[in-house]
Amino acid sequence: MKENFSIIGKRLGGLDEKDKVLGNVVFADDFVMPGMLYARVFRAEKASAKIKCLDILRAQSLPGVICVLTADDVPHNESVKNVVGQTTEVGLLEAKHQVLVKERVRYWGEAIALVAAESPDTACRALELIEVEYEDLPAVFDPLEAMKPDAPKIHGDNNIIASWKLRKGDAEAGFAQADVIVENTYRTPRQEHAHIEPESGVSWMDDMGVINIRYAAQVIEHYRDIATVLGIPESRVRVIGTLIGGGFGGKEDVTVEVFLALLTWKTGRPVKLTYTREEMGYGRHKRHPYVLKYKTGATKDGKLTALEAELVSDAGAYVYLSPWVLVYSTVHSTGPYFIPNVKVDASSVLTNNIMSSACRGFGGMQVAFAYESQMDELAEKLGMDPLELRKKNFLKRGDITASYQEITSEVLLEEAARKAKAALGEKGRGSKTKKIGHGFACSWQSYGRMTYLHDTSSCWVNLEMDGSAVVRTGIPDLGGGQRESVRAITAEVLGLKLEEVHVISTDSQVTPLSGTVTATRALYMSGNAAKLASENVRKIIVEEASEMLSAEPERLNLKDKTVYSVDEPSKLLPLVDVIKRCAAEGKVPQNLATFKAPFTEPITTDIIKDPVFPDFTFGAQAAEVEVDLETGKVNILKWAAAHDVGQAINLNRVEGQIEGGAVQGIGFGIMEDYLEEEGVPLTWNLHDYIIPTSKDVPDIMSIVLQSKSGKGPFGAKGIGEPSISAAAPAIVNAIKDAVGIRIYHIPATPERIFLALQE
Amino acid sequence: MSNRELYDIALTVNDQEVKGRVKAETTLLDFLRDNNFYEVKKGCDKGDCGACTVIMDGKSTLSCITSVLQAQGSKIYTVKSLGTWDKLHSLQQAFVDYEAVQCGFCTPGMLMTAKALLEKNDHPSREEIREAISGNLCRCTGYKKIVDAIEAVSKGVRK
Repeated sequence: MKENFSIIGKRLGGLDEKDKVLGNVVFADDFVMPGMLYARVFRAEKASAKIKCLDILRAQSLPGVICVLTADDVPHNESVKNVVGQTTEVGLLEAKHQVLVKERVRYWGEAIALVAAESPDTACRALELIEVEYEDLPAVFDPLEAMKPDAPKIHGDNNIIASWKLRKGDAEAGFAQADVIVENTYRTPRQEHAHIEPESGVSWMDDMGVINIRYAAQVIEHYRDIATVLGIPESRVRVIGTLIGGGFGGKEDVTVEVFLALLTWKTGRPVKLTYTREEMGYGRHKRHPYVLKYKTGATKDGKLTALEAELVSDAGAYVYLSPWVLVYSTVHSTGPYFIPNVKVDASSVLTNNIMSSACRGFGGMQVAFAYESQMDELAEKLGMDPLELRKKNFLKRGDITASYQEITSEVLLEEAARKAKAALGEKGRGSKTKKIGHGFACSWQSYGRMTYLHDTSSCWVNLEMDGSAVVRTGIPDLGGGQRESVRAITAEVLGLKLEEVHVISTDSQVTPLSGTVTATRALYMSGNAAKLASENVRKIIVEEASEMLSAEPERLNLKDKTVYSVDEPSKLLPLVDVIKRCAAEGKVPQNLATFKAPFTEPITTDIIKDPVFPDFTFGAQAAEVEVDLETGKVNILKWAAAHDVGQAINLNRVEGQIEGGAVQGIGFGIMEDYLEEEGVPLTWNLHDYIIPTSKDVPDIMSIVLQSKSGKGPFGAKGIGEPSISAAAPAIVNAIKDAVGIRIYHIPATPERIFLALQE
Repeated sequence: MSNRELYDIALTVNDQEVKGRVKAETTLLDFLRDNNFYEVKKGCDKGDCGACTVIMDGKSTLSCITSVLQAQGSKIYTVKSLGTWDKLHSLQQAFVDYEAVQCGFCTPGMLMTAKALLEKNDHPSREEIREAISGNLCRCTGYKKIVDAIEAVSKGVRK
């Protein structure tokens, strides 16, 4: 492909953005259907209990209530999914979910019944008329307690639902060679996604008997789950995805779609369901809290000799994606370092807490807090500069990781760390009570789904008679500009302007399935698919033009709606003339292409010893913080984030992903913690659960490195998740530099810092 | 809770008269959305996130914690009062140019807060901009590009 891009890598103001500033976007809750009902979910107010009696009669008889559904009304109330790659040593091999509580409530907020009514007010009043009699059951809220043999069981006979290991070399021998060893236990919080748009959608039955659900979906392939629950063919369920008002993994698992489909299926009427902010708190999954025990050894000249780690994640009351999140944690647990001897044991444990599942970083960021805290502590013990220590151990292209995966792209960690640190400039002076510190951290994060999932992504591209292009891609746009990237890639390949490419996206019966907008896979997968389809269309045009111009097809280029010879630029044809001739000859300039990620065999043992990911993104972030000795409060004064994105598609958007990821990571590091007491959620609202405002963070200095070595289109790597992981350890390392204390339990709240300062 | 009294309400939205009969507890946000002003977003319904911000009688106002009765006779402006596809308002243009928009859900409220700020203070410092938008949560951008865009408009810079 040509190197001088006309669109790729520039600062693009997309067409979607224009609709967004005009207020034109019809988000999920902005959509209405004639005769629409309004739904609400009745939820449990117990963390662990048996339902002795559920009385819906009064709710049902309230005027305006059209239906109340319970577990008995759900054709297939329990869905079961196999967890790939687990042996019988751990508990359940299956992830069981109930759509509505049948008998047993396992977490506070679990859905028990659905109400559909003529107005939102009536639906709300109906909830108050539903009565439940509970019998309390034993419960367990601490994952370490839940691992013990006599702990109350959440499902089946073992609360440990997944366990993964790394085994490389001989850890014991490695520690014997070490001159210094640091050993610590770290804890990370339960983070809320806090997307500003609530989960929402509208469903209806169309005149062909197909149930349509238009909703904010990171995964339009959930139409299959809906069909399974209803026991109807998958072809009778259509998911139309909206532009999403943020998700961060919060709209990855099933949200409103199954409830909506059930209600439309039962009533035959259109239904709207939008979660309240409180319900987003107690009814939806969070990021897994982790306990991480790390022991790291190094020689006195700074070579890492061994790592031994134990990771325990709190999965909450249902399995969801916990085993996969744990795979990520396990693989990434070494950090981006070459360590000759590694022994890691990771477990995910059920409790009666709110369930944990996907959240930006997907298991990669909890371990980053631990491995980067360890590196700084080792450097301190060795009396070595923290970057010097890291430089001696960074993975390099061609190295094999502790999960036996070869690094096949560039690793620009040293450059990233150097540039991020340099961007901070001189350290501020502080005062008697306010101390200033600098810290940084490095991270790695995979992009693309686990390769044993055999991920594919399809895209269809067509040139219209006037030379404009239409693209059909299933990829949802989470707000990261996933759809705009597809537009930019198609425009680049076909020599068109952005305005000349129309992208139809996210409709399970209209657009070829492109897969999920998760796992930092969207650009990598749907971008490659769009590039492939566009290139195939380009080939049709160029071959036709080569006959018309008597020129070699390889020597022809497309630009500004003309096809011209690169050797004799005066030899040219309007693109429309070539399209017309293609049409006349039946060579339709369209293509449906499927991009396949590398396929590997499923993991068959608990020990991960084969490649699991397509590739990794590397980066570093640096912080200048001010710590108030009197209050323990941390102010972030400066922030720099440098990541190798391979090749930027839209430079503005890349910076946006880096800046937004850093700020979400800062929230995780110093302020965000979804609190529960004995399973009862305490932080439902955005005034209890505090996320960073514009006053809590400085201007993030984003530094975009472009190695062009990624597996995405034009050498791109993914950046959606990788930008979040380094933030928390960078802050904690900076706090150490400022006041000499190390925080092992984040968020580093004023209380925790103040108490640590007293010791 | 039944047979509650209804009140007549009349106000203007984007210079268009809107009338209705409402319950006393109806919020301005619900009233606007019920009257098809869907560009005003409901993010929390508690006054925490700022997505529902409109300009009411010249002031940026959280419509989710404003009773519609308080808005009797007021002039309300939403993001749709700003510009058109062919001629974006300078703030809208800057939000596009500086990519101050990601998912776009907080954007309508953010733009109205920015507009109210610039009407009061046409040359705010970056700190003043950060102070002004601190009630508008954005989970996507990290805020820098939003501050850049508002500052550019205040300085008359076109990217």
